[in-house]
Amino acid sequence: MLEVETVVAPARPPRAPRARRRAGALPLLLLAPATAVVAAVIGWPLVQLALLSFQEFGRAQVFGQPAEWVWLDNYIAVLGDGVFWAVLWRTVAFAAVCVVSTMLLGIGLALLMQRLPKPFRILMSVGLLLAWAMPALTATIVWGWMFDTDYGVVNGMLRDVLGLADFDRRSWLIDPLGFFTVATIVIVWGAVPFVAFMVFAGLTQVPEEQMEAAALDGAGPVKRFSAIVLPQLAPILVIATILQLIWDLRVFTQIFALQDIGGIRAETSTLGVYIYQTAISGGDFGTGGALAMITMLVIMLIAFPLMRRMLRSES
Amino acid sequence: MRRSPRRRIATALWCAVAVFVFVCSTFPVYWMIKTSLTPNNEVRSRDLELWPANLTLRNYETVLFDPGRTPFLPALSMSLVVTLATVLIAAVLAFFAAVAISRFRFRSRTGFIVAVIAIQMLPLEAMMVSLYRVLDSWQLLNTAMALILVYVATVLPFTIWTLRGFVDGVPIELEEAAMIDGCSRVGAFFRVTFPLLAPGLVATGVFAFIQAWNEFLIALIVNTRPDLMTLPVWLRTFLTLNGTTNWAAIMAGSTLMAIPVVIFFLIIQGRMATGMAAGAVKG
Repeated sequence: MLEVETVVAPARPPRAPRARRRAGALPLLLLAPATAVVAAVIGWPLVQLALLSFQEFGRAQVFGQPAEWVWLDNYIAVLGDGVFWAVLWRTVAFAAVCVVSTMLLGIGLALLMQRLPKPFRILMSVGLLLAWAMPALTATIVWGWMFDTDYGVVNGMLRDVLGLADFDRRSWLIDPLGFFTVATIVIVWGAVPFVAFMVFAGLTQVPEEQMEAAALDGAGPVKRFSAIVLPQLAPILVIATILQLIWDLRVFTQIFALQDIGGIRAETSTLGVYIYQTAISGGDFGTGGALAMITMLVIMLIAFPLMRRMLRSES
Repeated sequence: MRRSPRRRIATALWCAVAVFVFVCSTFPVYWMIKTSLTPNNEVRSRDLELWPANLTLRNYETVLFDPGRTPFLPALSMSLVVTLATVLIAAVLAFFAAVAISRFRFRSRTGFIVAVIAIQMLPLEAMMVSLYRVLDSWQLLNTAMALILVYVATVLPFTIWTLRGFVDGVPIELEEAAMIDGCSRVGAFFRVTFPLLAPGLVATGVFAFIQAWNEFLIALIVNTRPDLMTLPVWLRTFLTLNGTTNWAAIMAGSTLMAIPVVIFFLIIQGRMATGMAAGAVKG
């Protein structure tokens, strides 16, 4: 035994045990500050939210009355309410339209950028950059103004340039379909640049030799795209889709601001706005809590399959 | 390479599409600026005028100095303080965490990675009810500190994830070589790896900046005092004024709010696009 030990020892890096012990404490120390902040500001409120959703918690409780445990009553009330289901389906359908249009347009523009001579590529990136840099609230207000019933440039152009008399004094925001058309434009306009830039950057990493080799082997553009480019892009596409999905399912600012400008709240609220109305404006924190928990669950359920893909590529 | 005429036509077509995309993406920005420079009474005209006839700075004067409105400058400084503090703190914390999960293998590592991804899926908007009450119990309502804390916590998962990709991208052999040359472990990291992380830090900083600068809902709920408004909340106060909306002034306010972000973006754009993709690919 002793002999073996002496023979093996020199082969090991001499300071390995010490280094490993140091590694044991160091990474945890490095993680501690970030973990502490996230735990305090996201973790703790999350626990509170879960508790709150099982309580009767209204204005009286805000002012000090003890909250009563009602367990599943809030959930039963929410799930039994037709308004909730209408809001839920509206939110999911709206997010689906936004995510699909954003991804398709983003990928399309990235492919376009790849084919452009440099000056035009720069021109296009500057344009996309400007759209991307606009704060969501500012963008919503500007688009709302452009769709203004009387003085909006959109109605003006449809009327004067395209000669469509129907669009004279058209009130876009009053009817829900028009409202969500405008909302989709605002959101997709703001989100496409992010996807386009990410996909374009991914495209630049596709090895050129592989593409040339495939072309020599007789693979057409479609085949080359699906066999070489797509697999290379997959991680980026998955991440971009997850992010878009999360952002669009929990959309708040754009909807809230458009309602300020002229939408009918009851017919155009999404889950985020609905929670705000119930909890903050309505003062019913218990029901708001249940709504919030359900919203989180919905988002996780929808994003889960994509998440699993991402985790698989991680390991 | 020789180019066939068909290929040249195709390229010309793509260029035309690019110009169209440029016009579409910048038109709202143009229209905002144009409206902000138009006299208020001319904004309400049903004639379609694509170019401003009489330029005026009057709307900016209204927004900046009209005593009847919440002033712009306090909101600007509040936004600047909150945003810069968020960027700095988030960058430092994310940097530590990214190094930990990229350079070390330890027992809770996988758990931490899963947690980081899961937290990104939590809609903070869904948590505002309890967030409000927790901040209240810490007596942080109506403080800049509350916003900084919340924004740091919200951007951390994404920034850790992105930075981790960048640290992964620097081969550990480089550090080992420096250690053989006599550097300590920490010294090797800071002399060799850290400088190569600059694009990653820029990318994460940009992300944190945009999030904090544009965040609206939390700022609306947490700070109710007029002197503590951030720019998005300040801007919204114009919308809810009674009577006829002064669109020209709102557009001037919108322009003022967008200018810092646009400048910031234009300065760093080149680095950012490549940076984000590198993070995403490695992730």
